[in-house]
Amino acid sequence: MAGLIGKKVGMTSIFSAEGKNIPCTVIEVGPCVVTQVKTIEKDGYEAVQIGYEDKKEKRSNKAQIGHTKKAGTLPKRKVAEFSGFKDDHQLGDTLTVELFNDDTWLDITGVSKGKGFQGVVKRHGFAGVNDATHGQHNRMRAPGSLGASSYPARVFKGMRMAGRMGGDRVKVQSLRVMKIIAESNLLVVKGSVPGPRGGYLIIEK
Amino acid sequence: MDLMKLVQQEFTKEGEYPKFGAGDTVTVDYKIKEGSKERIQQFRGIVLQLKGTGITKTFTIRKMSGNVGVERIFPLNSPFIDKIEVNKHGKVRRARIFYLRELTGKKARIKERRF
Repeated sequence: MAGLIGKKVGMTSIFSAEGKNIPCTVIEVGPCVVTQVKTIEKDGYEAVQIGYEDKKEKRSNKAQIGHTKKAGTLPKRKVAEFSGFKDDHQLGDTLTVELFNDDTWLDITGVSKGKGFQGVVKRHGFAGVNDATHGQHNRMRAPGSLGASSYPARVFKGMRMAGRMGGDRVKVQSLRVMKIIAESNLLVVKGSVPGPRGGYLIIEK
Repeated sequence: MDLMKLVQQEFTKEGEYPKFGAGDTVTVDYKIKEGSKERIQQFRGIVLQLKGTGITKTFTIRKMSGNVGVERIFPLNSPFIDKIEVNKHGKVRRARIFYLRELTGKKARIKERRF
């Protein structure tokens, strides 16, 4: 799917025409530069590689500098590959939010905020014990039984338990586009997107 | 956060209303939908506080309805607000005048600010 790379700016809410208060996320999208065009003859599949945000040459290695030099730009902080663009893109082309001008729904991918080591109630939505009394001691958020005893005499793989939560790649599908402010590269969508403010996002249509 | 401000400018209605602050007496005309009909109701009272910035800015108005104090919080950018009229500028020393809730009668008066 065709798409661009962006950055989360923050959340706010706006009023719709009917007077509903709608939670919105503001995303800075692009401008992105085409850093590589992949073709069937050369690479076996068709795709367009896109870079977002300049990086100092001092902070890049020679491979990165050489790669982006072909497109006539500086090395990029974030690079991603997309396919299915309507128009053909050449090396070094600049893509802006205007790509989404006639879209109403977008999919957005990001890396969710890290939550650290979490118990089963937060991590997997277990109900916990709802009573503090009636024989409960300190097990209000305990996971309960992990399975039967002498048969199967083991814990099944994939059993939901406590552990590291967050920091995963998450895709949110079908977010409604509320507004596009092209002159400042901003996109406003309904609802929330994964990750912290300033986190990189991949926006696909 | 400058980009946030850009978005807020797109949607805010802040410039459309007269400036007011805590202690001022204002009248808010707001639209009420009853089925398919729409009518305008007025709410007049003293502004207790302004809260938030940009699109999410709200203000609290308190009025005495008979013996009972009534407070209403309006989002400044709500499309249901038709008009805000400032009736009186009050002279108060703080930005949030919650002490007014404990006062009744003659003590609940606020001196008018003259320019």
